[in-house]
Amino acid sequence: MSAAAVVMMLIAMAVLWGGLAVAIWNISRFRGEEPGSVQRDL
Amino acid sequence: MSQELDHAEQQRGGFSSRKVFILAAIGSAVGLGNIWRFPYVAYENGGGAFILPYLIALLTAGLPFLLLDYGLGHRYRGSAPLSFRRAHRAAEGLGWWQVGICFVIAVYYAAVIAWAARYAMFSFDKAWGDDPEGFLFGSYLQAGDPGVGLDFVSGVTVPLVLVWVAVLAMMVLGVQKGIGIASTIFIPILFVAFITLVVVALTLDGAATGLDALFSPDWSALTETSVWIAAYGQIFFSLSVGFGIMITYASYVGRRSDMTGSGLVVGFANSGFELLAGIGVFAALGFMATAAGVGVDEVATDGLGLAFIAFPAIINEAPAGALIGILFFGSLVVAGVTSLVSVIEVVISAVRDKFELTRVAASLAVGVPAALLSIVLLGTTTGVYVLDIVDHFINRFGILLVAVASMLALAWVFRRTGLLRDHLNRNGSVQLGRTWEVLISVVAPAALVFILVNELVDNLQVPYEGYPTWMLNTLGWGLAGAVLVLGFVAARLPWRETTPLEDPETIVTQDERSS
Repeated sequence: MSAAAVVMMLIAMAVLWGGLAVAIWNISRFRGEEPGSVQRDL
Repeated sequence: MSQELDHAEQQRGGFSSRKVFILAAIGSAVGLGNIWRFPYVAYENGGGAFILPYLIALLTAGLPFLLLDYGLGHRYRGSAPLSFRRAHRAAEGLGWWQVGICFVIAVYYAAVIAWAARYAMFSFDKAWGDDPEGFLFGSYLQAGDPGVGLDFVSGVTVPLVLVWVAVLAMMVLGVQKGIGIASTIFIPILFVAFITLVVVALTLDGAATGLDALFSPDWSALTETSVWIAAYGQIFFSLSVGFGIMITYASYVGRRSDMTGSGLVVGFANSGFELLAGIGVFAALGFMATAAGVGVDEVATDGLGLAFIAFPAIINEAPAGALIGILFFGSLVVAGVTSLVSVIEVVISAVRDKFELTRVAASLAVGVPAALLSIVLLGTTTGVYVLDIVDHFINRFGILLVAVASMLALAWVFRRTGLLRDHLNRNGSVQLGRTWEVLISVVAPAALVFILVNELVDNLQVPYEGYPTWMLNTLGWGLAGAVLVLGFVAARLPWRETTPLEDPETIVTQDERSS
């Protein structure tokens, strides 16, 4: 692989997989409120 | 009034937690397109440089549009037609238009899953032999001349029936016990299976050649309009936005859930999976090119050609080929089923809301006709042509058109974006500013209109794939037009008197004040 290809692959990984990691970290620290009484299927 | 609303919500069902909702939404977004479309689109449009327009499209159109769908479904707490109806009396037709599109997609999408399931079995003994293309269209699909016939192909019909039985079983079980539990099982399996596939593919000779072809940046491509169109198109089609799925799923989430944070997870999980697919697919294509002594450009392809012709050729040559086949086609089946479930749920949810049917009755009322149509139209020697035409036209002049129409209507005609922004911000971990409204009312629609006009001109100038005019006029233009017209006709049917049609948030607020 060329150096340019390696760099672009790493950037894509950092942005997309890093973005996912940050998004998961964000919702895990901000729990909000889960549904109290779950609307189960009747 | 609030009690009626609570009763209606309990009847509809819901996800037991935000985590289940996120997994279900990821299951919907991650579909066949992530695996067989993204890698080639990226390769064809600048390689490594494509990440720039792709990311801009994700942030300026994909995620904002996803959050618009979430806001609509979560605030108005109904299927697509009911949510639009509660947003504005005149908007209901948009929801039924989306329902019609989902019904059509479900009919043909199931066939591709059935093919993939059969090919997973074929992987054991490499039944396609040395000529995967001849095997696909000859021995397997037994494709005749383009048309609509009734010569059934058992190799397609039997797995198709099994796919529908499995999907209907999930639908009958309901939102949590069916869709929710299936998602919590299937999505981790999909990720583990695909990561394993990528690891195996990376060990093949020539994998680096494939990755080099995929990631080598062509910066000059960024000056081409077609590359930006491809980026916005990929993001739009990949995220399952604009045709009712995310509206429906968001209506099943607790009222105080964090929808903006959930949206970011779904959006980045979808794009992250696409990147993973790109690495796996091009590593395998690099191996294929190296083994054949040709360039990657000669073997790179997408869609059905990638899945059912290129991959069988790779499986023939690769060490542990059967393992690659099972992982690849198994991933297609799992990704396809979790997407199909979400597509058919749009229709079932709408029928339940409108006619106040039980879960089982609505699932059978929708699922049985869809399954029969699917088997009759796709389980035959002409099924591949029907699939190709319907898929091409309903994607462009169904999904794309209704997405643009609903976005423009909500922003400019019914003026609900401010309300939805406030709603999303109330419990959202990520606050949306005025920029979100600009993106959703100007930037995203402009990008999609540009794509739509380009597609319209292309399809009017050159008949798609040279199919007979009558097929294009009925299965293509005709079907896309029919779902539009039928959608607005369905909107004229009256709701049951017991169905609350007011904004649920207003009802809850009034009740809290009066108590």
